[in-house]
Amino acid sequence: MKLAVVGAGAVGRSVVELAGEYGHEVVAVADSQSAIVEPEGVDAEAVLTRKAEIGVVGDDDPDDALAADYDVLVEATPTTLGDAEPGFTHLKAALERDRHVVLANKGPVAERFGDVRALEADSAGDVRFEATVGGAIPAISTVEDVEPGHVTAIRGVLNGTANFILTRMAAEGLDYDHVLAEAQDLGVAEADPSFDVEGTDAALKCVILSNVLSFGAADDLESAREFTLADAEVAGIRDIPGSALRLAAEDGRTVRLIGEATGETVRVAPRLIPENGTLAVNGTQNIVQIETTHAGRLNISGRGAGGPETASAVLGDVGRLE
Amino acid sequence: MSGPEFEGTDGVDPDLVSEGDDRGGSREGDGNADGPSPDGGHSPGPSTHTVRLELVDEPGQLLAALQPIANNGGNLLSIYHERGNKTPRGRIPVEVDFEATEERFDGIVEALREAGVNVMQAGTEEYAEELTIVVFGHLIDTDLSDTLRRIEGCASASVADVSLAAPQGTEDVSSARLRVEARAGETTDALAAVRSIAEEKGLRVVEPLTGVEA
Repeated sequence: MKLAVVGAGAVGRSVVELAGEYGHEVVAVADSQSAIVEPEGVDAEAVLTRKAEIGVVGDDDPDDALAADYDVLVEATPTTLGDAEPGFTHLKAALERDRHVVLANKGPVAERFGDVRALEADSAGDVRFEATVGGAIPAISTVEDVEPGHVTAIRGVLNGTANFILTRMAAEGLDYDHVLAEAQDLGVAEADPSFDVEGTDAALKCVILSNVLSFGAADDLESAREFTLADAEVAGIRDIPGSALRLAAEDGRTVRLIGEATGETVRVAPRLIPENGTLAVNGTQNIVQIETTHAGRLNISGRGAGGPETASAVLGDVGRLE
Repeated sequence: MSGPEFEGTDGVDPDLVSEGDDRGGSREGDGNADGPSPDGGHSPGPSTHTVRLELVDEPGQLLAALQPIANNGGNLLSIYHERGNKTPRGRIPVEVDFEATEERFDGIVEALREAGVNVMQAGTEEYAEELTIVVFGHLIDTDLSDTLRRIEGCASASVADVSLAAPQGTEDVSSARLRVEARAGETTDALAAVRSIAEEKGLRVVEPLTGVEA
């Protein structure tokens, strides 16, 4: 497949780097300022070096990448809320040209799922978005395999930053601020960690899963309920005192930021769970737990973030489109 | 670096949970009356019962209250002695858990009453489900006793146990772990009640993830 990669953050760069290994060819790469279009395939190493050294991927205009002759648009620009732009416009442009879209950007499927499905219905192209939930974890394709109508609930730990902080607080008896500073030093938390610690990121993932359940189980697009972030009940982990984790531990429990999606409700909140239970994954690990009507409970844990991990989910989607 | 920390109930008002004698021990909807199982055949094994007693604050009273249970075939599991807490009549509430068969349970309650012990509440299903909740925030400034009393005031819940951790002293943020007992099928109501009381007082609740632990 010929790929156009839009967005040159950690995920976009890893897709450019690894595409060849999966048998695909990158014909265009764009970041917010620049682009490179090579119908015969870009030189991944040269593009990545240029990005690292001078901050641009090439001499072309970003719009040239969208207009390039590709089979799949990989949309890996940063997630935006509300109208999900510019990711949504990128997706629309590709679908209108009957090309496939693989999203690493959560915005379009978390905030405008109905619009995305409607555009897809009128296009010969498909939209896939495995990378938007749980990084390397095949959450969405597993739900598709089980069939959304046979999934009653999905829950899990879907934010590695929050999980790292809670794990360290419990293990070391440290306070939130102390562990947050440590996480920032390690690059596990952003300078502004709000998106992760306030539960927004986990909520977006649960909204996406709810959309998958709702649209997957509905008879047609019109009757499906659409979820957006506004439908989610969200509480984060900011300000949880060390004493709360200690009291939990005294009772054989621990606290994790748990997201729940049922196709009817979306909720993210710190919850008490058994200390040695399945959901109590450590550090930056994520876990997705899928409750099914006939297949029991499925648990998949793994790395929920990271360039190569998320790129592997993107390239898995590309493979499914072949 | 550990500050004051104590366990026990604080300000739980037992008379708020004493209305239970008329419940008759049958679960709603299963059509089962009290007494032996209607399908007969075999006698059911022992099950766990909780009685709530009211004792006079004098030496020997607790032992005197436990004897009728042990002497009538009850296997004592736990005794929760709320010393420092008084019923409206100035007595001490005690909660006793024990195992006994249905027939023996009736005999035990009768024996307790014959021995002059006030049985405030007796039943197997009054509070069938247990929830552990952690609450944090300005617990002490917002009157923890009042918070607990109001949780108790909610018909579906009873606070069985409280552990408080206030490492920064009483004026800063502290945490409490509550063991809340809820009536069968009413855990959602109990949690909603805790949540709304907490919200009103600006406290945060870490709820258990229920129905997942199996």
